[in-house]
Amino acid sequence: MKIIGLIITIITGAFLVYAAIDFPAWSDPNSPASTYLSPYFIENSMKDTSVPNYVTSLLADYRGFDTMFETTVIFTAGLVCFILLRISGGKEPETSHYRHVLTGVTVTLKKGHKIPESEDFERIDDLWTPPDLIIKTSCRLMIPFIQLFGLYVIAHGHSSPGGGFQGGVILGASIILLAISHDLRTALEKMREKVVAILCPIGVSIYAGTGTLCLLLGVNFLDYSALASVLHVDPIAARSHGIFMVEIGVGIAVMTTMIWIYNNISSAGKYNQGL
Amino acid sequence: MSELIPTIIAKYNYWIYITLMMIGLYAMIAKNNLVKKIVGMNIFQTAIILYYVSIGVKKGATIPISTGGHGAAHEAVHAADYLNPLPHVLMLTAIVVGVATLGVALALCLRIYSRYNTLEEDEILAQIRKK
Repeated sequence: MKIIGLIITIITGAFLVYAAIDFPAWSDPNSPASTYLSPYFIENSMKDTSVPNYVTSLLADYRGFDTMFETTVIFTAGLVCFILLRISGGKEPETSHYRHVLTGVTVTLKKGHKIPESEDFERIDDLWTPPDLIIKTSCRLMIPFIQLFGLYVIAHGHSSPGGGFQGGVILGASIILLAISHDLRTALEKMREKVVAILCPIGVSIYAGTGTLCLLLGVNFLDYSALASVLHVDPIAARSHGIFMVEIGVGIAVMTTMIWIYNNISSAGKYNQGL
Repeated sequence: MSELIPTIIAKYNYWIYITLMMIGLYAMIAKNNLVKKIVGMNIFQTAIILYYVSIGVKKGATIPISTGGHGAAHEAVHAADYLNPLPHVLMLTAIVVGVATLGVALALCLRIYSRYNTLEEDEILAQIRKK
């Protein structure tokens, strides 16, 4: 199998090298990729949408359909992880362990029994290691700033590098960092499973809903200029605002999908202490 | 021979992407462990991202964000001054979708491991044939 694989790889590589000989040289301004369609986007983005970041206007306006279905793909991936792991693997274990925080004594309870709600006991698993104070404290200091930066990246996607996808990933990473530095239960207290599962389709619906709103106002799907009558601005500014609404939807969907996938995979669907 | 070396240097981005892509392809075909196959798939994706971003580069151009800001709506814009934004948009979504599909692949691996107690391909096939 290794030799067959090597032969296939070398033949494919040889074809690609042969094809690459005809390609334009690196950083050639007259390459076919940069001559036909992309000058239109660069020259007309400010006129059409008043968004200085051409990547954002291209992402959410000119190629709005593509991005909407990319968001749907991300949502579907999160849903698949949930179905594969959580539905079949989410059984409660036979015994549960509680640790008394002050003395370090561990209490083991059989299934069905519960300890009264109190601050003194914390739920732990079979493999428990004491959390590191330095890691916990430094992560707790960093996480608010990471989230602030994520919101900045989403909000300033119009005029600087950024947007819904990047900001959403940063926001998701802040919650994942909390889950890594503390444990998954702490992160789930901040961002509950139901909240994640509800916010994810809401993010996709904000995107599709903006498009449908345009449809109801009498123009094409995702033609944001129709929002001018709702927002009381001129059609070009309405496109800019429409792009922002869509970016918020993308940001929510991406953030929750990242958290959803991490929660399911790190605990194999059991939602215990995680990694 | 004297023409060959400038050609190789002028198109070095393609050679890097082909090398990376073939490493990923070989890992996907020949590796026995499913997680190593997933790593190969990720290297393959990275090669495609590198390829797309590298064809968007133009000599002497800046990042595709208008230098005039919001007020410069009526100034003439020269397309040669900015990088091609189209490959950037395509790869922006491809990176996030790549992470999501990686999650699905790892979830499948977890399910396979809980059923067969191994991630080696030949051992899984032997167990399937035994039944």
